[in-house]
Amino acid sequence: MTREQRLKKRYAAEKRFRFLGIGAIAISIFFVCLLLFKVFSTGSTAFIKTTIMTEVDFNKELLELGDVKKPTLKQIKEAEFYDVTYKAATGLFPYKNDEEEKGVKTLLSGNYEIEIKNYLLNNPELLGQKVTIELTASDDLDQLHKGNFPRDIPEDRRRLNNFQLNVYDNLVEQGKIGTAFGNYFFFHGDSRDPEIAGVAGAVIGSFFSIIICLMIAFPIALMAAVYLEEFAPKNTFTDIIEININNLAAVPSIVFGLLGLGMLLSVFGLPRSTSLVGGITLSLMTLPTIIIACRASLKAVPPSIREGALAIGASKVQTVCHHVVPLAMPGTLSGTIIGLAQALGESAPLLLIGMVAFVVDVPSVPTDPSTSLPVQIYLWSESAERGFVEKTSATIMLLIGFLVIMNSLAVWARQKFERKW
Amino acid sequence: MNSILILALILFGLTSFYFGKSRIKKVTTNGAFEPKALPHFYGYYQALWCALPALVIISIWTVFEPLILKNVIENKIQIASLNELSKDELNLIYSQIVSFAQGNFSGQITKGIESGAITYKNLLSISQGAKIILFFCAIIAASLFAYNQINKNVHAREGVEKALTVILFLSSVAAILTTIGIIFSLLFETIQFFSKINPLDFFFGLGWSPQKAFISDPTSLTPQEAKDLKEAFGAVPLFAGTAFIAFIAMCVAVPIGLYSGIYLAEYATTKQRKWGKPIIEILAGVPTVVYGFFAALTVGPFFRVIGDSIGLEVSSESALAAGLVMGVMIIPFVSSLSDDVINAVPQSLREGSYAMGATKSETIKKVVFPAALPGIVGSILLAVSRAVGETMIVVMAAGLAANLTINPLEATTTITTQIVMILVGDQEFTSAKTQSAFALGLTLFVLTLILNFIALRIVKKYREKYD
Repeated sequence: MTREQRLKKRYAAEKRFRFLGIGAIAISIFFVCLLLFKVFSTGSTAFIKTTIMTEVDFNKELLELGDVKKPTLKQIKEAEFYDVTYKAATGLFPYKNDEEEKGVKTLLSGNYEIEIKNYLLNNPELLGQKVTIELTASDDLDQLHKGNFPRDIPEDRRRLNNFQLNVYDNLVEQGKIGTAFGNYFFFHGDSRDPEIAGVAGAVIGSFFSIIICLMIAFPIALMAAVYLEEFAPKNTFTDIIEININNLAAVPSIVFGLLGLGMLLSVFGLPRSTSLVGGITLSLMTLPTIIIACRASLKAVPPSIREGALAIGASKVQTVCHHVVPLAMPGTLSGTIIGLAQALGESAPLLLIGMVAFVVDVPSVPTDPSTSLPVQIYLWSESAERGFVEKTSATIMLLIGFLVIMNSLAVWARQKFERKW
Repeated sequence: MNSILILALILFGLTSFYFGKSRIKKVTTNGAFEPKALPHFYGYYQALWCALPALVIISIWTVFEPLILKNVIENKIQIASLNELSKDELNLIYSQIVSFAQGNFSGQITKGIESGAITYKNLLSISQGAKIILFFCAIIAASLFAYNQINKNVHAREGVEKALTVILFLSSVAAILTTIGIIFSLLFETIQFFSKINPLDFFFGLGWSPQKAFISDPTSLTPQEAKDLKEAFGAVPLFAGTAFIAFIAMCVAVPIGLYSGIYLAEYATTKQRKWGKPIIEILAGVPTVVYGFFAALTVGPFFRVIGDSIGLEVSSESALAAGLVMGVMIIPFVSSLSDDVINAVPQSLREGSYAMGATKSETIKKVVFPAALPGIVGSILLAVSRAVGETMIVVMAAGLAANLTINPLEATTTITTQIVMILVGDQEFTSAKTQSAFALGLTLFVLTLILNFIALRIVKKYREKYD
């Protein structure tokens, strides 16, 4: 082999190596894009819902309010809505038999009776009149309208039968099918029906857990970090604490779930399935992460600050409280926010302490049973209905949105307040 | 109850802060002596003395009151009952009594429960009364003591700082308490599990089917039950499945992560680094449940379709899908850790190699990489421990039934999946099935601990060499 050939070969190897590096990065970026694209493309439609314009007759006789002259709101609330809602639902399309009647009725969501009632309660002056109301459509019709159901497969494998498809086409022709803002998704708790299932319960549950996690983990972590950085004597016990914290940071999250189950629930008897227990478990999990971040930012404060304070007569505690900790605050805050973001996305330990319960009501205090956003994603992804796939992706979008906000907050806090020494 | 007491305590603490502060001013305006510390330290001194003893009393009561009550009541039940009761029966009766006393008991009310509830309520009111009395006594006594000390012009700052240091020390012990809590809760159940199941059957048994382990009477096992029990908890398929999925994940993560780490550290311009690194880090920030969703709904079916089209039988919950997605999740770990390690290799080594006429890739392959190897091995071990402990991806995308196989297209299960499967939903703490989850958890804990310990040792040792 001549010198030139050898050189050529070596340069080719150089080029190949470089190309492999670029390829590896390209693959990583490809996965990021694929993941985000998949989630956004399936999830974005969940923020709008399909509606059916339905004619409702608020007939006084049907409401059994015929003999009342001017019914109060309370009387309307207690009125008999069955006939009105039945007439409205079945009036969508003429049907021949019971099966077809059911087919027409199930085009509306499981919540349509309450929607009609609430509409009248909000507009009591409409009593006795015929009005057209936008009612939420059922999950199957919703998915059909959004184009997620193929129509050309055999009838027995379809969720909607031929008659219902016919009704749908007819309603579209009459312009009665519309879309509206998906209020159920944002303001409702979980439900077995995808069209009226929402994430409000999960969002509130996550919020409570994170707040509890913050209240427990941040003070303890900051104090522990201050002790280890500023006060701890160099001895075996301090070494044990340090090794212990480093190892704890790498313990799988599910082990903390076992801790929550074995200690918090069965020994201390805290209430199961609540965001209180979830928050405590998550705080134990994030504690080492936050301690490590706080220590790093305390370490970054130059010794000259401490020496200056000590030189003018401050005590050790005064030096730390008045100078070191305030200067380290941006770093500790951003470390804490990153730790909380980690806790917000965590679901494995929450599964074990029972936060996977099916909770319809939106929790109002931390001791109410609740789920959290990631657990809601898990629960919905296990459901068979097509409508839940869309909702799952939308919940992921919401969760990623929260995480992006928290992480940008952390970056912002660091850049805005950090000082270079 | 406790919240009212704590609220009162905060109120008392605040007032005693101002009281202490004004007290020292009054004492010293008489001109008798100079104060030894700034006035607000006397405030803190008074407030700490007021609050801390009372706080200790509240926490002692919160921890021990239920335990002692339970013990006393259970003794009474034991005496009152005609025949010997087991621990579970006692527990059940006790919880019935408590829920009846709290007024939310739905079930058959017997005379025993009713009288038990009355005793419970009596004991509870005695204990609560004692708590409140002690609480106020502690506040008054400690406040008087602090007041006296302030009158004597004690060195308040030293006292306050000492108390603060102790509080700081206690919070750093919290991490150790967490570890002790983990070990205690895992070990307790695991020991009970191993009293029923032979550890050798657990660690070396080849069949995992905990639902088979139904015991009608734990004192006398029928031969069939004993045989079932012996064969129900063989954890080898789980260990194998975990190792297998982690192996697939590492096959994806190590080459991609390592090459991107090398590229970012050695080739990338500042601008490329500025953009490339955060984008790869996004993969680390995505919650694992999202990866699970991605694996179960996109990657799994995708492999199935491909398998069908070339005539291969692919399970929709294949180890390949779970492992691949887990590998993607781990890429940023390997890449950023190896990036750090490569950056820590001294520049002089590279320059020496360039001076000998080596190209950049030759330098990386023959000089930088060998020098960084211990650190890279350490970071890979950390990534392995991460893969072994990963839960959501495998719960959502890997199989549920134990299956001893090395075919990546079949479903396998892992340690973490089984823990979740066993413990989600209703569980009774005394059954071998529930306890097996804790035994698995302990195995996982020890396994990751060993991996981390080795990895951190390697990384640390290597760092010291070049510093």
